[in-house]
Amino acid sequence: MAQITLIEAVTQALAYEMAHDDSVVVLGEDVGVNGGVFRATQGLQEKFGELRVLDTPLDETTIAGVTVGLAAAGMKPVAEAQFEGFIYPMMEQIACHAARMRNRTRGRITVPAVWRAPWGGGIRAPEHHSEANEHLFTNIPGLRVVMPSSPARAYGLLLAAIRDPDPVMFFEPKRIYRQYKEEVPDDGEALPLDVCFVLRDGTDVTIVTWGAQVKEALEAADALAEEGISAEVIDVATLTPLDFDTIAESVQKTGRCVILHEAPKTAGFGAEIAARVAEECLYELLAPVERVTGYDTHIPLFRLEMKYLPSAERVVEAAKRTLANS
Amino acid sequence: MSIAAKFEIEYLQYLDAEGKQVRDDLPEFAKDLNHMVELYKLMMSTRVFDAKSVALQRTGKLGTYASCLGHEAAHVGIGSAMKPEDVLAVSYREYGAQLYRGVQPREVYMYWGGDERGNDYQNEPARHDFAWSVPIATQCLHAAGTALAFKIRKEPRVAVCTIGDGGSSKGDFYGAINIAGAQNLPMVAVIVNNQWAISVPRKIQSGAPTLAQKGIAAGLYCIQVDGNDIIAVRKAMEDALDRARNGQGGSVLELVTYRLSDHTTADDARRYRGEQEVKDAWAKEPMKRLRAWLVAKGVWDDQKEEAWKNECDEWMDNEVNAYLETKTQPVTAMFDYTFAEVPADLAKQRDLALSLEKKAH
Repeated sequence: MAQITLIEAVTQALAYEMAHDDSVVVLGEDVGVNGGVFRATQGLQEKFGELRVLDTPLDETTIAGVTVGLAAAGMKPVAEAQFEGFIYPMMEQIACHAARMRNRTRGRITVPAVWRAPWGGGIRAPEHHSEANEHLFTNIPGLRVVMPSSPARAYGLLLAAIRDPDPVMFFEPKRIYRQYKEEVPDDGEALPLDVCFVLRDGTDVTIVTWGAQVKEALEAADALAEEGISAEVIDVATLTPLDFDTIAESVQKTGRCVILHEAPKTAGFGAEIAARVAEECLYELLAPVERVTGYDTHIPLFRLEMKYLPSAERVVEAAKRTLANS
Repeated sequence: MSIAAKFEIEYLQYLDAEGKQVRDDLPEFAKDLNHMVELYKLMMSTRVFDAKSVALQRTGKLGTYASCLGHEAAHVGIGSAMKPEDVLAVSYREYGAQLYRGVQPREVYMYWGGDERGNDYQNEPARHDFAWSVPIATQCLHAAGTALAFKIRKEPRVAVCTIGDGGSSKGDFYGAINIAGAQNLPMVAVIVNNQWAISVPRKIQSGAPTLAQKGIAAGLYCIQVDGNDIIAVRKAMEDALDRARNGQGGSVLELVTYRLSDHTTADDARRYRGEQEVKDAWAKEPMKRLRAWLVAKGVWDDQKEEAWKNECDEWMDNEVNAYLETKTQPVTAMFDYTFAEVPADLAKQRDLALSLEKKAH
């Protein structure tokens, strides 16, 4: 079985689903001949032709709106926003139409579309290429917001996203696109959406995170273990609709919660999880909830970029504070 | 200096404001006077429907409503030229086109009366058309995407979008016609130029002498049409649909008409446009000229007009009653259609809403 990277897992999932479902089409800027700027769609146009892997005019609004039209007409489009920082022009179509179509037509018209976007910082990219803004979409009813954190979860969750009858934002943490490889069988097996994955069992503190930060969370858990602290690590994976039960169960067990994300702190999705923990787990909490996040600043250009991104060390410190405050 | 490109925009008109035929080459459909009477009757029912809607709003039985007064030829012309298998993506006042495609007045009343079920058109072919789009011009891209789906699946169908003169200023419109040209999509974009985007006049929307010529830049066939002349509208639409269906690509039609009403019932057009302008527009309105033409042909008269008006009134009264008798949806409806299946987390909120509902009763 092949060892593949996260980006290769994305390609593998797209190729599998396109081969098994004629209604799946890929569209975006550079997705055809060039195979996408990150090569996520490499080889697909050769296999499936220029109409099913369509290079669009350079206009994010067009990509988003055409995706809505394709999906409403019975296709399953997978659109690529070349970088998460370019997704803002797409938001009107996604929020006003994709996310609302089922509801406003009482189910008569639906939008089973996926918007993929390379997400987050850490690759020394130019300005506007490193945004982490998943929280802008988690507040839109009718959307699924999904973020894989490993090659296997990228493959399984993307298959699930394409097969889902509702619109899905699929944010790919580009910092870990090629960070490591793992075995991912190309068996067409989807992973479930709307569930959190418990990646590591623990009893002292729960670390809740998603996407690229799973790496820092696991590193922090390793470091804490060396000090005799048992951390449970949860990969939220589908941010909305949120599987809060899994988080609550863990926090009720550990009594402590550290939330880790790359996006700015204020009104980031961590705020939602912290509020839910306060609402539903307050009496089991042994210490205040900690948030380790990006700052409420624009992500800096790359000389300062790594100082913006939350580190495993900050997570360790936050976890220790929760123990000290207990 | 050499010329890189040259273009001109044709203007199409068959009937002038008095109903006098200005061309002899009537299209085939217009030679069928019974059919022309049917078109006139639908224009008339559209007008009666519209007046009823405004009256309902004024008496508190509808929310804000966008009137289509003056657009009857444009709208019925669009709808009547389309084949059932085509798809229509409208903004929010193209009722004449929609009535032709089976949308029921009660559904329009429901939508403006605050009930999403108004968007759940029950009759084909409207059932596979898009629902009204409030965000301006966004529906043009839905038509482009739908046209792309037709092209991928090799279906001889056409996606039609309608947009106002104001909407033709938006990027979504340009994006839609641009990809339609680039991909040779079976799409027809119709600009219903009614001269006003709320309070902003046509001359402020664009420095271009015609709005139709915007399609030239996208590589589409473009024409300007007298939008108050249903023969011209229908003919231009038929031609554009035929071209699209035959793989000859998309078109941009500019239908020059006039919004005789306020923008919506929440608007007061007297604030920004003069009485004389509106008076002049009434002299060119679409029904008067078609009626004069049909009367001259001997297929329409005052008696028929009165009889059909009564039928329309009866039809609309029935539709209004059906609308008023429709019970409000249960509170759970807002949850039931957010996703295909109610996610567990949302189900808890649904339960809360349900319990509050029970408590309230």
